[in-house]
Amino acid sequence: MLEKALVGTKRYFALVAVLLALIGIGFITYLYQLKFGLGITGMSRDVSWGFYIAQLTYLVGVAASAVMVVLPYYLHNYKAFGRITVLGEFLAVASVTMCLLFVIVDLGRPDRLFNIIKYPTPNSVLFWDMIVLNVYLFLNIVIGWVVLEAERNEAPPPKWVKPLIYLSIPWAPSIHTVTAFLYAGLPGRGYWLTAIMAPRFLSSAFAAGPALLILLALLVRKYTKFDPGREQIQTLAKIVAYAIIVNVFFFFCELFTVFYSRIPEHMQHFYYLFYGLHGYGKLVPFMWLSIVGMCFAALLIVFPNIRQNETTLALTCGLIVLTTWIDKGLGLMTGGFVPNPLDRITEYWPTAPEMIISIGVFAIGALILTVLYKVAVSVKEEIGA
Amino acid sequence: MGINRREFIKLAGLSALLGLGGKSAFELMLPGEIEAAVKTEAFGKEGTRWAMVVDMRKLTDSIAAKCIEACHTAHNVPNYFAPPDPKLALADPLKQRWQVKWIWTDLYEHAFPGFEQDVLWEKLHGMKFLLLCNHCQNPPCVRVCPTKATYQRPDGIIMMDMHRCIGCRFCMAGCPYGARSFNWRDPRPYIAKINEDYPTREIGVVEKCLFCEERLVKGQQPACVEASGGALIFGNLADEKSKVREVLKSHFSIRRKPHLGTNPQVYYIV
Amino acid sequence: MADYKNEFGWFAEKPKVEKKIYDLNKVAIGLVIFVVIFTIAFWKNLGKAIPPPKPELNTPAILKLPEKERKCVEDLQTMRERHMRLLIDWRDQVVRNGDRTYTNSEGKKFLVSLSNTCMECHSNKTQFCDQCHNYVSVVPNCWGCHQTKEQQVAKAEAK
Repeated sequence: MLEKALVGTKRYFALVAVLLALIGIGFITYLYQLKFGLGITGMSRDVSWGFYIAQLTYLVGVAASAVMVVLPYYLHNYKAFGRITVLGEFLAVASVTMCLLFVIVDLGRPDRLFNIIKYPTPNSVLFWDMIVLNVYLFLNIVIGWVVLEAERNEAPPPKWVKPLIYLSIPWAPSIHTVTAFLYAGLPGRGYWLTAIMAPRFLSSAFAAGPALLILLALLVRKYTKFDPGREQIQTLAKIVAYAIIVNVFFFFCELFTVFYSRIPEHMQHFYYLFYGLHGYGKLVPFMWLSIVGMCFAALLIVFPNIRQNETTLALTCGLIVLTTWIDKGLGLMTGGFVPNPLDRITEYWPTAPEMIISIGVFAIGALILTVLYKVAVSVKEEIGA
Repeated sequence: MGINRREFIKLAGLSALLGLGGKSAFELMLPGEIEAAVKTEAFGKEGTRWAMVVDMRKLTDSIAAKCIEACHTAHNVPNYFAPPDPKLALADPLKQRWQVKWIWTDLYEHAFPGFEQDVLWEKLHGMKFLLLCNHCQNPPCVRVCPTKATYQRPDGIIMMDMHRCIGCRFCMAGCPYGARSFNWRDPRPYIAKINEDYPTREIGVVEKCLFCEERLVKGQQPACVEASGGALIFGNLADEKSKVREVLKSHFSIRRKPHLGTNPQVYYIV
Repeated sequence: MADYKNEFGWFAEKPKVEKKIYDLNKVAIGLVIFVVIFTIAFWKNLGKAIPPPKPELNTPAILKLPEKERKCVEDLQTMRERHMRLLIDWRDQVVRNGDRTYTNSEGKKFLVSLSNTCMECHSNKTQFCDQCHNYVSVVPNCWGCHQTKEQQVAKAEAK
């Protein structure tokens, strides 16, 4: 079916060309990082994880959200989602690939990558993270591809795919739980040491992922002959609505625990993010945009009129993607590391090379997404779906 | 008779998977057997527990500076604040970001966050505590390392294997004391006087104080302890007659963040 | 026509198709370019004589020892074959087990250290180690961290 990605409109090839150019520039910058060291990023002795790992965290969430289309269709027979499960699964493939790439660009010694396999360490969450991410990638690419091919041949999918699909349903929340456990088990980091980290991650993921999927579905409808369907988009919107409300609720739960108990070790990080601490407050406007925007989006998406008008829905979904990204992709890392364990502040901001490499990785994900979506959409068009 | 393409690729993929997975399975099924086979007495007598006592009554700022100097020169720790070649001087944010320190000083409210008081014992104002890796008995950094590049030796030292470290910096996130540094770039141009008896580190690995294990093997005291002129006391806590044990039994001592359960082995007498 | 499992099943009869090569010209050109690039290692250095490696053993430290005692950790043949393996075993022994004593096949004990044992005698990395390593194009990555003792050697020679 890959041959479907080799033919397309001029617009399709223009998009591929732009993405390849971005990947090329990102790759060359990465070679520079390999030569000079991670010092070209904005990371420091105090803020030792930055933009790369933050993107990993956000994209793991987006990847996990594929379960939100798979679960209703395969477990509860919600036939409408049959049209778009493949879109969700291919989005998961592109996201998980980006996650793995972000890990690799963040490593100080990528040449020693196989040490994780040569010296397995079950007590380390990173070891399990590697396993669950790779298995999830494998699951989604196999399931998506095989089911799509079966659909193309107008035959039922082979029997062995069913157990894989059933496995992918609990596996999806597990990839994000394991990623949350990276942070939630560290005794020295008060911002992260909360039991609600995994639930917060999941709620944010199940809001951001389907929101992104809605945007992609609208794009697919606009630029191709395949219409994912109005009902499907509306159901996804309902899922986003509940998830974003839960996400806002979880945030206020955190605020209560931290500010009612008034333990300085936990409060300081929130002060730094939302108010500024000792004169340092680079992230304050972003965090307020994130939380106010998130509450506003949650409010908007509750109203049926706004949800059912696809323009306002698209804008709301865009706002949700942006605000959850700021929360996870900017606030989570820096908030955890500032102030440092000695109560000192080193601020963090990604540098230009860091962003170029990140854009390169995003472009790789976008390319994979473009190619896979091209295949899926072409097959759907071929069978006249 | 021929094998067709599909079957061949299936076969090749399966073999590759088994081959890659085989070694890991071997390592997982027989944990530590390979390393256990080389059990030696090199780690000091069974049950050794190295610990250090920092006697702040005797530690002055100049002695602390000597200890830091001794450690950092003995172990080829780069100095980004004062490069040997003035052309390599860095902008302020970079000095802060890239700094590597195995042992350093900081004020009371930073060494022991949470212990601040509105009215504090005057002596503690401006007192600079000597801080280093605590070689915890229950170390979070060892728990999180995905390759066992940092691990706990039987004698209590939290060791770094620079050959195995992949530079993921999970241990830096896990350390509640900010004791670990990363090589954000090649450190060699910033080492003023290379000590040729000790290796340097390369870019991309984490480093920290190792309680001078290379000196302990020769029966010497750690570099900082030797330079401190008695302000630092180091020894085997499990030895009934050691000086550390005697000092800790006869004086009140505090440790950094004891409530986290890491069981740090650097004690402070104030 | 036999039963097909799929397009080219295990035991299916292949259909009789007339054999024909399409675009023979383009294929031939591509093949030639491929062969040229693939065999570049062989024809690029044709006619050039690369001298065999001559590792220089006579360092001041070695010359100070009486002839009979000029012995490495193990005998020459073993070192030639196994020095890489030996160094890796030493690395794991010191770092992971803290054991810094090596007893060689004759029972003699050595301090396990690349810089402080090997380089003490073989203090001329460029004329010794690099000779063979460059010849076989091997780049061991020890030297990024471990010292070659150049300064000490230079100081000793200046005296």
